[in-house]
Amino acid sequence: MINQVVQDEVPVAGDVPRVRGRAIVVTSGKGGVGKTTTTANLGTALAALGASVVLVDADVGLRNLDIVLGLEARVRHHVLDVLEGVVTLDEALVTDKRVPKLRLLAAAQTREKDDVDTAAFRDLIGTLRDRFDYVLIDCPAGIEKGFVNAIAGADEAIVVCTPEVAAVRDADRVVGLLGDDRKVELIVNRLRPALVRKGKMLSVDDVNDILHLPLLGVIADAPDVIVSTNRGQPVALDPASEVGESYRAIARRITGQDSAAPEIPREKTFLGKLFGGRS
Amino acid sequence: MIEFLNRLFGREPSSRTAKERLKLVLLSDHLSLAPDVIEALKHDLFEVISRYVEIDAANCDVTFEQREKQVAMMANIPILGMQKRPAPPPVPPASHTNGSSKPARKASANGSGTPRRRRRKAQPQSMPQPQLAQGSPQPT
Repeated sequence: MINQVVQDEVPVAGDVPRVRGRAIVVTSGKGGVGKTTTTANLGTALAALGASVVLVDADVGLRNLDIVLGLEARVRHHVLDVLEGVVTLDEALVTDKRVPKLRLLAAAQTREKDDVDTAAFRDLIGTLRDRFDYVLIDCPAGIEKGFVNAIAGADEAIVVCTPEVAAVRDADRVVGLLGDDRKVELIVNRLRPALVRKGKMLSVDDVNDILHLPLLGVIADAPDVIVSTNRGQPVALDPASEVGESYRAIARRITGQDSAAPEIPREKTFLGKLFGGRS
Repeated sequence: MIEFLNRLFGREPSSRTAKERLKLVLLSDHLSLAPDVIEALKHDLFEVISRYVEIDAANCDVTFEQREKQVAMMANIPILGMQKRPAPPPVPPASHTNGSSKPARKASANGSGTPRRRRRKAQPQSMPQPQLAQGSPQPT
């Protein structure tokens, strides 16, 4: 069905990578650790670097990637419309006007995860890999059908984990389910350096002593993220934001432009607090 | 300053507690064994070894470490002396039922304070237990 839809499509200029693109699933097991925010910001940062990127919301029934990106008003069709042949892939893809190399394929809001056929979804990701440099898949929480679908077509995974016992335990479970054939890397999200110093929060090392994953990056718990999400403007687009820079650094690490070890966010100085605020 | 005060009053940082709790729960997740089963495993391990040699039960230690994709078990069991061995080493099926209660008591008396699990409520069929007296280490 997918093949049929794709056959009569004219590739959009600039969408055709020389080599097959990378399909990366952003996952965590536990809900509320920042998968969608991470997907939105990494996609934005990668596209800002000049790569062609498509973000796929695999959270069917609880669509959110569109609103975090600020593209909710422009979504007309969703992934199930494409899988069921109601519209073509190009009709369903939403282009982000701020970063024109970024596309969104939204999830269906009024359907269920069980409505998605795993093989068809995997084929769709394969089709997207032929056209984009990066296919980022926003995985739903949990380890049921939605998770199985989301990881099916991905050969790489980014595990998002906050420094909390429940998140680490779930991340560990998900790493086991991702298997040995995928490249799996870790983003520690919402770190609060001041709490770590006081011994009140697990440090990045504590988390990774347990998970043993290559560290892709660390994102501080910062108000910028909340404010930018309120506005539907990914913080990765804000040149003045430190957290935005953390996302941009991760994007450079993904593309291979930056091979230095990830920076661990540090406590803000008094002056930094005074001038760094945003509302 | 706060860390200093905490150390002064012997309070462990909650992050360390979190890490220790996580390590234990993941170990039990990975092995699909409940924490008390892990305790029983340690206990049986000491018991089996003490059938052959005299061990320093108070200083025995078994730890589990998560390595890349698997869990490694490491046992540190100081040996006090080679004791008189039972004439023929127990053959596997016999040794299975041979969980004499004596070393069990010995192992639990090592100050860990945790109550040992009830052991084998149902003794598998009546098996001859000739080595029992011989095989169990005498209290030192």
